[in-house]
Amino acid sequence: MNASDSEEDCYNERTALVQAENPALPSYRPEPDPRPAGQCEYVCLSADQEADVDDEELTLKYGAKHVIMLFVPVTLCMVVVVATIKSVSFYTEKNGQQLIYTPFTEDTASVGLRLLNSVLNTIIMISVIVVMTIFLVVLYKYRCYKFIHGWLILSSLMLLFWFSFMYLGEVFKTYNVAMDYPTVGMIIWNFGAVGMICIHWKGPLQLQQAYLIVISALMALVFIKYLPEWSAWVILGAISIYDLVAVLCPKGPLRMLVETAQERNEPIFPALIYSSAMVWTVGMANPSAHSERPAQDAAPLWEGTAHSRWVGGQTSGAQVCLLYFSGGVKLGLGDFIFYSVLVGKAAATGEDWNTTLACFVAILIGLCLTLLLLAIFKKALPALPISITFGLVFYFSTDYLVRPFMDSLADHQFYI
Amino acid sequence: MTAAVFFGCTFIAFGPAIALFLFTIARDPLRVIFLIAGAFFWLVSLLLSSLVWFITVQISNRDSAAQQKGLLIFGVVLSVLLQEIFRFGYYKLLKKANEGLLALSQEETMPISIRQLAYVSGLGFGFMSGAFSVVNILADSVGPGTIGIHGDSQHYFLSSAFMTMAIILLHMFWGVVFFDACEKQRWWALAAVVLSHLLVSCLTFQNPEYVGSLVPTYVIMFLMGVWAFCCAGGSLRNLKLCLTCKDKDFLLANHRPR
Repeated sequence: MNASDSEEDCYNERTALVQAENPALPSYRPEPDPRPAGQCEYVCLSADQEADVDDEELTLKYGAKHVIMLFVPVTLCMVVVVATIKSVSFYTEKNGQQLIYTPFTEDTASVGLRLLNSVLNTIIMISVIVVMTIFLVVLYKYRCYKFIHGWLILSSLMLLFWFSFMYLGEVFKTYNVAMDYPTVGMIIWNFGAVGMICIHWKGPLQLQQAYLIVISALMALVFIKYLPEWSAWVILGAISIYDLVAVLCPKGPLRMLVETAQERNEPIFPALIYSSAMVWTVGMANPSAHSERPAQDAAPLWEGTAHSRWVGGQTSGAQVCLLYFSGGVKLGLGDFIFYSVLVGKAAATGEDWNTTLACFVAILIGLCLTLLLLAIFKKALPALPISITFGLVFYFSTDYLVRPFMDSLADHQFYI
Repeated sequence: MTAAVFFGCTFIAFGPAIALFLFTIARDPLRVIFLIAGAFFWLVSLLLSSLVWFITVQISNRDSAAQQKGLLIFGVVLSVLLQEIFRFGYYKLLKKANEGLLALSQEETMPISIRQLAYVSGLGFGFMSGAFSVVNILADSVGPGTIGIHGDSQHYFLSSAFMTMAIILLHMFWGVVFFDACEKQRWWALAAVVLSHLLVSCLTFQNPEYVGSLVPTYVIMFLMGVWAFCCAGGSLRNLKLCLTCKDKDFLLANHRPR
């Protein structure tokens, strides 16, 4: 395929549909890739070599764009969660039901016992997550793709059908809308079926992104409802630390996962990673040895495993080749979920909107800093620690320090 | 106390700011990032001033209303001063970052000029300040209730909205003048910005005598607007050219026919 073909040639009806997994964009490597090159790839490889010098500029120019490409979905997810929390009271009612991963109750008399119970809950939850992650890495290492694929399909089935049915039911209850089962059945069937196709197979990129945002929001709402108060905060803190360890330590499970996937030159967990790449690079499907897509491998999401909580960046030397362009940045859905849990809990506690706003800005700044570090270090980084730390600090300080101050000011109508 | 009041007050308070954001900032990712960073800096300054106020309240006499009011006034003044200090800190950080970016990218020009940064950071400060002042009030305006039922002013929501709009625009003008003053080492201009901020905040001590606080605030806003316009390079001639669509540079840059 000639790189000088116009884009219209490649972009016909069939190629307009985008695979759920991203085509393997050549990841940033300083040394050239010794692959049998089709013409298109050859052009891109030479561009790759020239691109080393210009890569800094490219990173800077597109860095800001990538940040915004992640800001928008994270903001949307948080907006959905906050809007639901503020309007549908179901997700803030605590009726004593808890997840089996947090068996200790917080309805105790003394503060010390409550703290102890929440710490124990956290330990259990984090152990479950660690075990699941290691299990997944083992499965991936031994190439049990079918098992992973099946696991993933089951969990997205549950999210797309059952949880969204519950959500729809609660929204109808809140607004007192009369609805019959056949209509609901049709709505949920269509929603779920299109979601499964978009996420696991092919679909327009924006629809796929929208579905990923929706399932992250649904998952976050489930966590907000079923995690007890103090346990939720301790879990948020603990999971940031786990994320840091799992992605950066040499023997960390997530790091091993990333490295194995890079060795095999496969995209990592394509279906449960939000990718901001605008992929009309389907025209690049010039088969080389590596572009046969392996079966999907991805992280089961709803068991609370936060496998995909990392940020990976791929830039390709894209200036010369018209068919590629600089790949986007990827953010795991677990990150979306935990950011939304933090902001949702901030919205759930009380009438105050200032806390929610403060957490929102703090998380965005944390994400920005993480992406800056990504641009500097150019390898997979944990996306949770900085944002969650900022979020927690701002939540507690705004709730306890800023709120009384702003309330007194509003009382007297003083402006600062 | 209806949806009409809610929407009306929201659009009064945030209308100009959102329009500015949509037309001048939303297209450029770098500007959006610096806007949010500006908002973050304002937030940190508020946090520090709340911390100090909180400590003073804890060690004071809770029952004496006069003392509490005095402490609140002290809190307001401290907050204003801290906001300006953080604005200066943000300026320093941006200068350093710009130099770093320039060195790194081997390009001739910076991707974003210091004047654009002044505008964007001022607006960021304004957004956050306005949001924190008015969002809770707007949320209350939706719900059931009667305003001023105990004899307080009927115009609480409306005056809050107008004040917020003034504050947001003022922050933007202050940002532009402040950065320009720092660039040209004009310390009297810096002091003027700080003093005008203090003046605007102290005027609000007269609330609910809204005439006494809103009218001077709007006068100050208009004057600061003119000053910021001149700092940013505007002049009467520019204005005339712009309004009669004869400014060739602008038209060329926007690919429009003359």
